[in-house]
Amino acid sequence: MPLDPIVPFVPALFESPFREGYVSSVIYVSLYVSLAAVALSTLFSIPVAIVVGLTDFPGKQFVKSVINTGMGFPSVVVGLVVLFAVSNQGPLGSLELIFTKQAMIMSQFVLATPPITAISLAAVTGVDESVRDAARALGGTRFDVALVVVKEARYGIATAVLAGFGRAISEVGSVLIVGGNITSADGISKTRTLTTAIQLEARQGQYETAMVLGAVLVALVLTVNAVVVRFGDRGVQP
Amino acid sequence: MTIQRRQFIAAIGAGAVASTAGCSQSNGGSGGGDGGDGTDSGDGSDGGESDASDEAGVAGETLTLTTTTSTYDTGLLDEIHGDFEEMYDVSVDAVAQGTGAALESARNGDSDVVMVHARGLEDEFMRNGYGINRRDLMFNDFVIVGPEDDPAGIQGMESATDALTAIAEAEAQFVSRGDNSGTHTKELNLWEAAGTDPGGDWYQETGTGMGEALNIANQQGAYTLSDRGTFISQRSEIDLTILVQGPIEDGPEILANPYGIMAVNPGVHDNANYDLAMAYIGWITSPDVQDAISEYQVNGEQLFFPEAVSENPDFQQYVPEGWSSESTDE
Repeated sequence: MPLDPIVPFVPALFESPFREGYVSSVIYVSLYVSLAAVALSTLFSIPVAIVVGLTDFPGKQFVKSVINTGMGFPSVVVGLVVLFAVSNQGPLGSLELIFTKQAMIMSQFVLATPPITAISLAAVTGVDESVRDAARALGGTRFDVALVVVKEARYGIATAVLAGFGRAISEVGSVLIVGGNITSADGISKTRTLTTAIQLEARQGQYETAMVLGAVLVALVLTVNAVVVRFGDRGVQP
Repeated sequence: MTIQRRQFIAAIGAGAVASTAGCSQSNGGSGGGDGGDGTDSGDGSDGGESDASDEAGVAGETLTLTTTTSTYDTGLLDEIHGDFEEMYDVSVDAVAQGTGAALESARNGDSDVVMVHARGLEDEFMRNGYGINRRDLMFNDFVIVGPEDDPAGIQGMESATDALTAIAEAEAQFVSRGDNSGTHTKELNLWEAAGTDPGGDWYQETGTGMGEALNIANQQGAYTLSDRGTFISQRSEIDLTILVQGPIEDGPEILANPYGIMAVNPGVHDNANYDLAMAYIGWITSPDVQDAISEYQVNGEQLFFPEAVSENPDFQQYVPEGWSSESTDE
């Protein structure tokens, strides 16, 4: 859906220096990897945020500190760690994930999870105590209470997911290391994302084409954000 | 954990992946090569499979080639790989990393074949048992490039080491790759041969690829060592000129830039796709492809000179340089 306005638009405006199908395949890989990573991160983060946000346990502050520290993880370091894990010599070596999209999703999962968890946690914690009390008073189970809280916090959670997506799709260090920036000989991306494509163009001194790809990336992020915000607004004002 | 995650990804992405043949094929290739590719093709038990696999036991598989930025960024590999992929019905994943990183990936068993340009590092790689069946592939040369006003006055010098000494004495800006690439290795060898230990404000290690190093040198009016191929493919964008030529233009032999290709030793990494790696080496050293390499031009200039096809034997290409069966060396 976000592809349609962008793909035909780029070659028309700039007399694309790229081969046919190149830009759209790079966009596809970017979106596929980032969306998959963010989806997985969200599935992992929201339960964690709810548990941490709604219960009290010893070491809670420490867990929060760890999550917040994770937001600052340098992506190159994450890339190296994932490389170590998926490399043939690593613990997951037999799965042959090195230089695949799956490996890229793994590293982006690691990168996107801390911001999604931290922001979701803040949103969940920010839900008024009375909401929880009301849910409980109406005979809700713990699960019901959690659902009500998530519903109340949905706008903050949407922001969390967007922040995670922004981190994932704009990240270059780890996907370059674990993905290898590969295209096939006919110019169809296998593990090349917009960011690594930009890096490649910059390496070759082709700053103009790098800028074009940068514009595509910004447009893409803007589109995704617009879609989510629109969606969120509709939810808030039924 | 990870396996579940992967299955989940596979589930949600199955439809989307299937729509891009290249991706699903390569995924299938690496998945199918999961320790089974050697036996599949080796024992001829693939009679139950489709006709495609009768043509070549490697059909549908993926070859991972780690290589230097200069072979990739000049566009050579994209130009020639289509032929190989079609011939064997395989896909080639070319990962452009720089010589040091390319060899390191191969050392970890993450690639099947390496194409690099630093004979010293290649020899070490072979001596350690990681690389086998090395062939000389092609060559071009290095050139010392710099700003036209040439503050160190090295233009036309016949000796690369004298030129570097002059740059060091003038303390003129010099940009080093600083990334353990083949070009960086050559540069360090040249400094050593010149008897100079570079350092100081004028000497900058950038830690970047050749294209970026050329850009940095261009912006700072600095000298740098470049392979001719990358320089030619970028020349229209920058103001640097060649000040000391390599052997292709009758410059000193020390600036020669030979590329070698090796298969990863399946005795060390049993997951390496050795069959396909050897098919690739055979293909790229064949007369037809060597011709294609010599015909490859950027901006009207030939970038690489084939070296694999020769009437005269050159046994040194197969072994670490200087190795001989009579010597007590190892």
